[in-house]
Order: sequence, then structure tokens, then C-alpha cells
Amino acid sequence: MTTPDSSTRSVVVEKEFPHPPEKVWRALTESSLIEQWLMKNDFQPVAGHSFSLRMDPVPNWNGVIDCQVLVVEPLRTLSYTWGTLGMESIVLFTLTPTPAGTHVRMEQSGFRPDQEDNYKGAQYGWQKFMGGLERVVAGLE
Amino acid sequence: MRSSTDNVFKALADPTRRAIFERLTRDGDQTVHALTEHAGVSQPMVSKHLSALKRAKLVRNRRQGRETHYSAQPQALAPLVDWIGHYGAFWQNKFARLEDLLERMDK
Repeated sequence: MTTPDSSTRSVVVEKEFPHPPEKVWRALTESSLIEQWLMKNDFQPVAGHSFSLRMDPVPNWNGVIDCQVLVVEPLRTLSYTWGTLGMESIVLFTLTPTPAGTHVRMEQSGFRPDQEDNYKGAQYGWQKFMGGLERVVAGLE
Repeated sequence: MRSSTDNVFKALADPTRRAIFERLTRDGDQTVHALTEHAGVSQPMVSKHLSALKRAKLVRNRRQGRETHYSAQPQALAPLVDWIGHYGAFWQNKFARLEDLLERMDK
């Protein structure tokens, strides 16, 4: 269910649910429903809206994930940034209707330090580095 | 585990340090002089960056004569890779909860 992307590090989880896209979309975008499967939140399905996801604090972590809505295409696409522990990434949900229900694909990608200086970063891209990282670690065996 | 991940990320957040680290990974041991030729910054700056990489255990140094040689320690990247890998298990767990919720919503 989890596959690494070939160009940069990413996490992909896919599943088909025996429920119509309308219902899955509600679970992904209504704050009280999001809390029941993901985390406490102040989400609103509005592009540009900043919100946080909150879990119980654990040692070394306050349990807060800072997010901002990027894309809201009802019944199809939902995307938001995901920032925590000094790292930022992007979460993208894609819904596809199937004869039996809805296929949901979640991809979390673009992991990079959120304190990165963007100007300097352009000279030596973090994404490029993460692409090479997999090869470096594979070479450790 | 989390603190070592923090160190690795902090060390690699700077593009000059990333470039130095990748150079050492690709080309093997180098002296500070050799690294300075390619880094585009002064030798004191290169030394400072190397200290940050050393704190994160991403490089090791050894003195040979009057020169200090640096080598990459790519196994120090492992916590960073693990950290991202944790999200795979995290989302699979959340998808199972989403499935339960969708069942309950029927009722």
C-alpha cells in the first residue's frame, strides 16, 4: 500500500472504500468528521485557510501540525500543507469513483525543512537532494 | 531518535552544507582546502559548515600532516529516512479509522 516515488521521497497510501464519493468527501472535509478519523482540527474547505491538526502532546513534540489549504475541488481533490517538527510537506487526497464506491489516494510529498531560505534553496534544491538520498541509503547495504 | 533527526535536518537545511555533504558522498575524502575550492565560500565558512555536519555525525575528520581530511558518514541519514517512512504506517492506520467512520456514517 505504500510505495516510494521515483523522483523524490513521498508516501502513498491508496484504498477503495465501498461508499460514494459524496460521503468520503464529507469525511475528508467536515471538521467534526475529520476529528473522528484523523485529528482534532479547525479545518475549513477553503483554499488559503490556515488550520491546525492536534494530537495529544508527547515528549519532544507538542502534537500540533500547522496546515494551509491549497486545493479544494469538491468530490475530487483536496490538498493542504503539513508542517511539524521543522519539516514541511504537502498532503494530497485524490478521489476517483469506482463501480463499488470510491478509490482514495493519499500522497504526502515534498518533505523539506520549513526554515529553508528559498533563495539559497534555488541554488541547490532540497528536492534534488531528497531524490539522491534514496540512492545513498540504498548504497549502505 | 527525534533529536538525532532534528540535528540531521538542521545540518542539511543549509544548501551550502548539503552541497559539501553530497560532494563528500560522491567523491570520497577531501581536505578543507579542496572543499573550499568548490564551495564558493571562504575557508572559515567551509570549516564552520563542516563543524555543523560533524555535530550531526554526517561527516568525520582525521588529521594527516598539516591537513584535516573529511569523509561522509551517510549512515547518519538513516533517522531521516525512517522519519519519513513512519508516515506510511501513520496513514495506513488513519485509513483504517476512516473506513470505520464511513461505516458508522451509514447508521
